[in-house]
Amino acid sequence: MTARMDKRFADLAAEGRPALVTYFMGGDPDFDTSLAIMKALPSAGSDIIELGMPFSDPMADGPAIQLAGQRALKGGQTLVKTLEIARRFREDDQDTPIVMMGYYNPIYIYGVERFLDDALACGIDGLIVVDLPPEMDDELCIPALKKDINFIRLATPTTDDKRLPKVLENTSGFVYYVSMNGITGSALPDPTVVGGAVQRIKGHTKLPVCVGFGVKTAEHARAIGASADGVVVGTAIVNQVASSLTADGKSTGATVPGVETLVRSLSAGVRSARLVAAE
Amino acid sequence: MNETPKLNSFKAGPDEDGRFGIFGGRFVAETLMPLILDLQDEWTRARTDAAFQAELQHLNTHYTGRPSPLYFAERMTAELGGAKIYFKRDELNHTGSHKINNCLGQILLAKRMGKTRIIAETGAGQHGVASATVAARFGLPCVVYMGATDVERQAPNVFRMKLLGAEVKPVTAGHGTLKDAMNEALRDWVTNVDDTYYMIGTAAGPHPYPEMVREFQSVIGKEVREQMMAAEGRLPDLLVAAVGGGSNAIGLFHPFLDDQSVKIVGVEAGGKGLDGEEHCASLTAGSPGVLHGNRTYLLQDGDGQIKEGHSISAGLDYPGIGPEHSWLKDAGRVEYVPIMDHEALEAFQFLTRLEGIIPALEPSHALAEVMKRAPKMDKDQIIVMNLCGRGDKDIFTVGKLLGMGL
Repeated sequence: MTARMDKRFADLAAEGRPALVTYFMGGDPDFDTSLAIMKALPSAGSDIIELGMPFSDPMADGPAIQLAGQRALKGGQTLVKTLEIARRFREDDQDTPIVMMGYYNPIYIYGVERFLDDALACGIDGLIVVDLPPEMDDELCIPALKKDINFIRLATPTTDDKRLPKVLENTSGFVYYVSMNGITGSALPDPTVVGGAVQRIKGHTKLPVCVGFGVKTAEHARAIGASADGVVVGTAIVNQVASSLTADGKSTGATVPGVETLVRSLSAGVRSARLVAAE
Repeated sequence: MNETPKLNSFKAGPDEDGRFGIFGGRFVAETLMPLILDLQDEWTRARTDAAFQAELQHLNTHYTGRPSPLYFAERMTAELGGAKIYFKRDELNHTGSHKINNCLGQILLAKRMGKTRIIAETGAGQHGVASATVAARFGLPCVVYMGATDVERQAPNVFRMKLLGAEVKPVTAGHGTLKDAMNEALRDWVTNVDDTYYMIGTAAGPHPYPEMVREFQSVIGKEVREQMMAAEGRLPDLLVAAVGGGSNAIGLFHPFLDDQSVKIVGVEAGGKGLDGEEHCASLTAGSPGVLHGNRTYLLQDGDGQIKEGHSISAGLDYPGIGPEHSWLKDAGRVEYVPIMDHEALEAFQFLTRLEGIIPALEPSHALAEVMKRAPKMDKDQIIVMNLCGRGDKDIFTVGKLLGMGL
């Protein structure tokens, strides 16, 4: 539903701060633990949740998210179960937007129409599908928009002014600006450069612009949040999960609290972003 | 009377979006999209540029040694007692396989685009060697991603790549085979878009690669047409080639697609049999899905997760297939059949002893199919098989399987 997403950004704008967008991998390291992680995210300060759909061949992801997907698949995670995580989350939380993020093939095999119907029923607000550029909009983007599910597009440093209108054309919810050319989990680029890029995109759209790739600490979140409408953190959270596991990949008592602590710290960074910018 | 264009041509694809029917397309991350569009523009210009074509042809002749011979395998024909068997000797090319045909074309494009770094994926190492070779020839640094399993079983090619100055990066993800190498090459490309050219080794990946690689490899089929007319005064009755990603096969098949009298068979890796998981027969046992930039037949589970597959041959050890083959299968123009590991191994020995040619394990699969079909055909019928690679790289693998000490 697009309404939930739009309301969240409107509320944040009124509050005068950027959104904290948190990514975690559905089913990592198992269904129950990842559901507990998701349920803990809003109170720890997450404004929007990206729910990762594991895929065997994540071509745009670095080692941390690759391994998280492998752990999830090994634990028996499927797209049906990832949707179920969202449904269970929605039983207690009607306000936090959920964006499912992953690759196209599992959705294609599930069946596009069936997937969109089930996603709506489970309270999904948007989709990010890495390997569906605007040239492939007929596949999933247009059907999703018809059902009032946001299709959130990635814009990258290679998306120049000539291409931006095409990328933005069917984008809704927000624009996810990938702060560098590369895979997830790389180093953080210069916040000033990122700020310039955000301004460039804002010249082409009224949609909120969230920035991801490379944000790992509260300090990063604050720096990026000074110019962006939202800060996306993924790899740092996935790494936090990984570091809490036993040698054979099982969750421990530290898994969920570790993520909560990290997200609280990131949230503090985001909440102080505009204060710093105003100074 | 003017000939009207054939509305039902099998050679018309892909369309401008890179589609062969439902197959093909451009399923890539946004970071790569502008680059793929640039490549498409450059390729569109180059393919009609006489200077580009002349340079490629010069290299094909003087560097690769084209045209490769069309060889009548007299002893094998007599032994099998049926159709006349010809081999297209692309294993005699410089670097030992058909892969060089594609690499020369692509490196000329890379130069035109001002790229200064080459990356490639490789399975058997034949494409890696060909990439390293053209990179050396044109003075560009080259990084080759290769699955760790393949690094081990194709050691001679790893050494050749290193001698040629390429950096070989072993990939340990998954089973450490071609699929994993391709994932890692895509990750490199997305990180180094500005200066890097990704030299894809097969007729797969996002548009325009399937079309472009096919065009560079079609030199095989075009030569066969001419050579066959010179040798026999007519077209062959049957074409056979091995399909991994399918570049040598599409190169042989494409110029004959509209000749209905020519039967065409692609041979997949049946591994240890299609009943289990240990094979790479994506066309025979897979289903359409999206991976590595294109929609095509894939080995996958019910959740859309890609399976690993298995083949004795590193070059066929890939759970997908070029999109044009998927389309040709559904259109019914080409028949695709599996050949098991042990059948390929028998064919390997058969050709070695009978004709004094050591084939790679990839074309050994095609050969095994020829051995099944030739005896059932008439003596005045003609088979052309693409002998797309030589077997030097496989002698250690084969020696081990046959229990021979080396």
